Amino acid sequence: MLYAMKIATRYLTSSKAQTTLLVVGVALGVFIFIFMSALIGGLANFILKSIAGDISYITIVAEVAEPELLIRQDNGHILVAREKSAARQPILREAGTFVPMIEALLGVTAVSPQINGSGTMTRGAQVSQVAISGVVPGKESAILQLKSYIVSGSDRVGTGLVIIGQTLADDLDLAVGDTIRLDSSRDVNAILTVSGIYKIGQGGLDRGAAFVSLNTARTLFAVPQGVTRIEIKLTDIFDADKIAARISAMTGLNAKSWTEEGAQLLSALDAQGQTGLLLKTFAMVSIVIGIASSLLLSTYRRKAEIGIMRAMGASRLFVIFVFVSQGALVGLLGGLLGAGLGYAVLSAFPPRDSANPSVMPIDITEGAFGIAIGLTFVIAILAAILPARSAARVDPVTAIGK
Amino acid sequence: MSELLLQLDDLVKTYGAGEAETKVLRGLNLQLNKGELAALLGPSGSGKSTLLTILGTLMQPTSGSHTMLGVDLAAANDKALTEFRNLHIGFVFQFHNLLPDFTALENVIFPTAVREGRETSAALARGRDLLGRMGLANRVDFPSANLSGGQKQRVAVARALMNRPELVLADEPTGNLDRTSASQVMELIGQINRDEGTTFLISTHDEKIAATCRRQIVVGDGLVTG
Repeated sequence: MLYAMKIATRYLTSSKAQTTLLVVGVALGVFIFIFMSALIGGLANFILKSIAGDISYITIVAEVAEPELLIRQDNGHILVAREKSAARQPILREAGTFVPMIEALLGVTAVSPQINGSGTMTRGAQVSQVAISGVVPGKESAILQLKSYIVSGSDRVGTGLVIIGQTLADDLDLAVGDTIRLDSSRDVNAILTVSGIYKIGQGGLDRGAAFVSLNTARTLFAVPQGVTRIEIKLTDIFDADKIAARISAMTGLNAKSWTEEGAQLLSALDAQGQTGLLLKTFAMVSIVIGIASSLLLSTYRRKAEIGIMRAMGASRLFVIFVFVSQGALVGLLGGLLGAGLGYAVLSAFPPRDSANPSVMPIDITEGAFGIAIGLTFVIAILAAILPARSAARVDPVTAIGK
Repeated sequence: MSELLLQLDDLVKTYGAGEAETKVLRGLNLQLNKGELAALLGPSGSGKSTLLTILGTLMQPTSGSHTMLGVDLAAANDKALTEFRNLHIGFVFQFHNLLPDFTALENVIFPTAVREGRETSAALARGRDLLGRMGLANRVDFPSANLSGGQKQRVAVARALMNRPELVLADEPTGNLDRTSASQVMELIGQINRDEGTTFLISTHDEKIAATCRRQIVVGDGLVTG
């Protein structure tokens, strides 16, 4: 209704101060909505990046075979079984077949077959316990972003090379180019050269981990074929459950999603999301109350005019349109102003990729600008319905008489 | 022979209920023909305002028949009454009752614009023409709030005529004006009645105003008494 819109616009422009205050109030609500979206979204991304950025989203580990019964007797119970071997690691022998299949899955960004085990690192008289990870050369940073943590040397492993943490290097007084001896738990040793030193900031990894090539690990742990573990990275961390189930169904292997052991992180993110939702809901409720109360006041103030309009042949529906249009215009203007304000303020914060713990991890791309404007427009219309209906019920005889 | 415009038969209007019940119209009968210029006279509380309100379809009678242009208005719903009022009835109130945030022209074309959903060029042209006939050609784009009392009332007359209604109801149209402005307004009403055949029913306490009308209808105690 073009004419109803014209009257609505005239009413809004005739009370400039009141309309300005109302639009600014709505804009502040929208700004809070956008700011909270950017803050909560940015915080969630920051936490995910900090905590989950270096973990495997899906991990496949060979299952230890259940010990077989050596004697079976139907009558009574005879419990004689082969003991589980603690010395031998279970091996994923078919890894060579499965890895290309997993790599081809939609949503998979990296697959890292590994051979893991424990051992000791010796330099002269100094010895340290280490967890040894054998990775495919060129895929050193496929899961753990090793490249970004390198403080000396390179992140490349290869024949005769080892990458160690800064604390371990300090303990053993090592630098890039130094030689160490690595003894595996299978009593195999290798003489290796330190090719890189990293510093992640986690004591366990900085002090007790060593990365070697997959072939070096095969020698150290006597695994001529297969691997002990496959780690997988995805485009979207929240697709892990779905893709893990698909891998299990496809390969018959036990693919575990990070969420099985990351329930606490998920709960924390969920709680944070709920808090944000609550704050955003409060912002929207304040917009509804602001618009509804202002338009109710306008209805009361313009009662005589509504009566005149009705006497001149304006239908109840027309009157409703006039007041709903006012709500819609206030919602649209407030939404756009609030979004503009939000964009200006959020632009002042550092971009997402440069976020660090010393500044608020606000992510402008999480600002939900479109949702904020659209939602404000819709709820402004809904907020105007009650005053509009009240206006439509005005009795022209009483209103004009007043 | 004059053509019948409206007819009221045994019209009753009661306010309140039980002991508080007040019967304002007590079986009133009235006929108005097209082209009449009639004055509605009667003391305060005689039921004049209630009668005008019912004739203007702003209120339904408690009982009785109300037909205009052959339409049974006593049985019509709000939507039908609103449409009928917009097309066939014009109002002039004692206190002009213009929309204060609109110009003189916007006020005049309101009845047409609200029906058509927009301000058409034809409506704007008729609005300007009416304001010109009211002697307000130089006040077309004036905010109505800035007009004098007499000018406002002439804008109100123009607005009442905008949709070329068959009936214009005027409730004390000169009651709030000085003598000169009152004469101007009544001259305009008489001229339009003669030129366009619009029926006017003017409620007034002023006998001089009533004397300018060709028919005087006297209401007393809820009935037409003369």
